Amino acid sequence: MYNYSDFDEAFVRARVAQFTQQVERRLDGSLTEEEFRPLRLMNGLYLQLHAYMLRIAIPYGTLNPNQMRQLAHIATTWDKGYGHFTTRQNIQFNWPLLTDVPAILGALADVEMHAIQTSGNCVRNVTADHFAGAAADEVEDPRPYAELLRQWSTDHPEFQFLPRKFKIAITGSPNDRAVTRAHDIGLRMHRNDKGEPGFEVMVGGGLGRTPMIGHTVRDFLPVADLLPYTEAVLSVYNTLGRRDNKYKARIKITVHETGAAEMTRLIEARFAELRPLFGGNDQVLLDYIRAAFAPPSFRNAPVDGYDAFYKADPSFRAWADTNLATHRHDQYAIVTISVKAHGETPGDATADQMRVMADLAEKFGHSDLRISHEQNVILPHVHKSDLPAVHAALVQAGLGTANVGLISDIIACPGMDYCALATARSIPVAQKIALRFEELQLEHDVGPLKIKISGCINACGHHHVGHIGILGLDRAGVENYQITLGGDGTETAVIGDKTGPGFAYDEIVPAIERLVRAYLELRSEASETFLQTYRRLGLEPFKAALYVAEGEQDAA
Amino acid sequence: MSRSFTPKVVTANDLRLGDVVYLKADDQWTRLHTEAELIDDEAHAQMRLLHGAAQKLLVVGAYLADAKLGPNGPEPTHFREEFRTRGPSNYAHGKQADLSNV
Repeated sequence: MYNYSDFDEAFVRARVAQFTQQVERRLDGSLTEEEFRPLRLMNGLYLQLHAYMLRIAIPYGTLNPNQMRQLAHIATTWDKGYGHFTTRQNIQFNWPLLTDVPAILGALADVEMHAIQTSGNCVRNVTADHFAGAAADEVEDPRPYAELLRQWSTDHPEFQFLPRKFKIAITGSPNDRAVTRAHDIGLRMHRNDKGEPGFEVMVGGGLGRTPMIGHTVRDFLPVADLLPYTEAVLSVYNTLGRRDNKYKARIKITVHETGAAEMTRLIEARFAELRPLFGGNDQVLLDYIRAAFAPPSFRNAPVDGYDAFYKADPSFRAWADTNLATHRHDQYAIVTISVKAHGETPGDATADQMRVMADLAEKFGHSDLRISHEQNVILPHVHKSDLPAVHAALVQAGLGTANVGLISDIIACPGMDYCALATARSIPVAQKIALRFEELQLEHDVGPLKIKISGCINACGHHHVGHIGILGLDRAGVENYQITLGGDGTETAVIGDKTGPGFAYDEIVPAIERLVRAYLELRSEASETFLQTYRRLGLEPFKAALYVAEGEQDAA
Repeated sequence: MSRSFTPKVVTANDLRLGDVVYLKADDQWTRLHTEAELIDDEAHAQMRLLHGAAQKLLVVGAYLADAKLGPNGPEPTHFREEFRTRGPSNYAHGKQADLSNV
C-alpha cells in the first residue's frame, strides 16, 4: 500500500501542530466558536448531540494492520472502546473530549492517517470498491487513481470553498460495489476497443433530499486525462454551482438546472483549456503510486483442506456461502467480515475486535484490510487453506456472523442516537429488524436483500438505493419511518419508490416483516431475489401487503 | 394577539467535554435537565439565552428548548431533547451511565 512521502508526512504533522494551537486559542478565548468552528470541521471534528465526534478518513477504504491497531488504541485511550465505520469509508469516534483531539490527531499522524477534509465544502475522502486489487471481475485496481485524486484534492487551493461538499467514488470493475452512480463524480473503469483502460465519467449523482442518478458526461476517458478532466468538472461546478441556497448547492442541482448536455459541453471546453497545462508530472507521480499497489506475492499451496472442511462443517459452510467472494487468484478468497452481528450496532467494532482483525490480516491476509461502504471489514487476500482458521478466530471475537448481503446486513447511519442533524433514530430499528429475522430463522431463505436506513433526509444511510429503504422523520414530534422499495446502488442504479404513509417506531419492524413475507409468497422460485421480484411485479402487491393491516383496522 | 408561550430551558454543550448542559436559575450550568431553570416568560427567555450564549469559554451552541414541569423538575417535551437528557439507545453511554449514581 501507499506510504507517505516526506511531503505528506510534513503536511500532516504541520496540520496537527496548527490544530493543537487552534484548540488552545479556542480554550483561552482568542478564538470565538464562530471562528473556531470552520477550523475544527476542516479537521473532521463535529459537535453532535451528546459529545464531539471525530471523523477520520480511511482513503479508498484501505488500512494496514498497524493503522487498525492504532484505531483500537485511540478507541481505548480517548474514547469508549469502539469505533463506528461509516458509509463513506471513514471511521468515527463518538466521545472524544475537545482537549484530547490534538493528541488523537498526533496518534493518527504516527500511522499516516488524518481527519483532513472529512468535513467542509471540499473534496471529501475518495471512496473505492472495497474488493479493489482482489476482485475477479476487475479491469484494473482503481486505488492508484483514488490516491492520485487524494493527493491532488488535499488542500487544493481552488477547491477548498466549493458551493457544497464533493464526493468522488471509483470502481475498477463492471460490477459496481462503490455506488458510483450516486456520487458527485462517479468513475467506472472499462476498456475501449483497443483494449486500453479508461473511465466512464458520471457527474451529478447523489442521494439526500433530492436523490439523483449521475449522468454520463464522458463514455471513455483515457486514464492519463483523469486529473485535468476532474479539475474541469470541479472548475465548472465552482463557477456555476449555487451559493445562495444550501439545499440547491450540490452539483446534481447544477447539472439538473444547466442540463446534462450543456454541462458536458462546458466541462469539455474547460478540459480543452486545462489539458495542455498538465505537462506529465501527474503521470510520473501515478507510476510511483502504482508501484505501491503492486499485488502481494500470492502463496501457492493446496486447497484440499478447505474443500474438506467446507463439506464437513455446516457453520463454516454457511459463512463461506455468504461472506466469501471470488478472488482473481483461484486459490484465494475475499473475506467479508460482518460487523453486523444480530442485535449489535451496524458498523461498530470494539477495540478488541479491531485488534483481532489486524492480527488476522497480518497472519493470513497479506497485511491488507478494507472498510466497505456497507460498514463491514474486508480481508481481500486470504488463501483458501487458511479460511477455517480465520473463521474460527472471527467466531471467537463475535465477528463470525454469516449474513453478508442478507437482511440483517443493514446499513444504518448513526441517526438520532448521535447525530445533531437526525430527525429519528436508525440504529435501534436496524437492531430490531436483525433480531426479528434471526428469531424467525428466515434470512437465509429470503436470500440477498439490502435494507438501508437513514435517520434524516440527508440519506447517509443510502436508503434511496436500498432494496428496502427506511427513512426516519419527525412527524409532529413523533418518530415516523417512510419506506421505499426497489432501490439499487449497483451498476443498474435506481432510486427506490415511496410506498406511502410512514410507520411509527413500534410499527416499522412488523411492516418490514409483512413486506418480506409478501416477497416469499410472490417470488416465482427460490432463486428469484427480492429485487427481481419487485422489478417483475412492481409496487402494488408489496403496497397491498404493507398497508393491509391498516385497511382491515379501518374497516373494522 | 400573542399566543401562549411554551415554557423553555436554556441548553447547550460543554465546550471541553461536549456534554449537554442546562442553565440554572443561579447562573450555573448543570448536567441535569431537572435542575434547569424553567422559563415561562418569552422576554425573560431571550434574556437568559443571551446570558447563556455569552459564556463562550464554557458552552457552545446555546438555544431555547421546549420543556414542561414534571414531578422532579423540568422535563423535555420533544423526543430529541429527551435523548439529550440520557444519551444513545444502543449503549449505556453518556448521561444515563455517567449520572446514574447522582
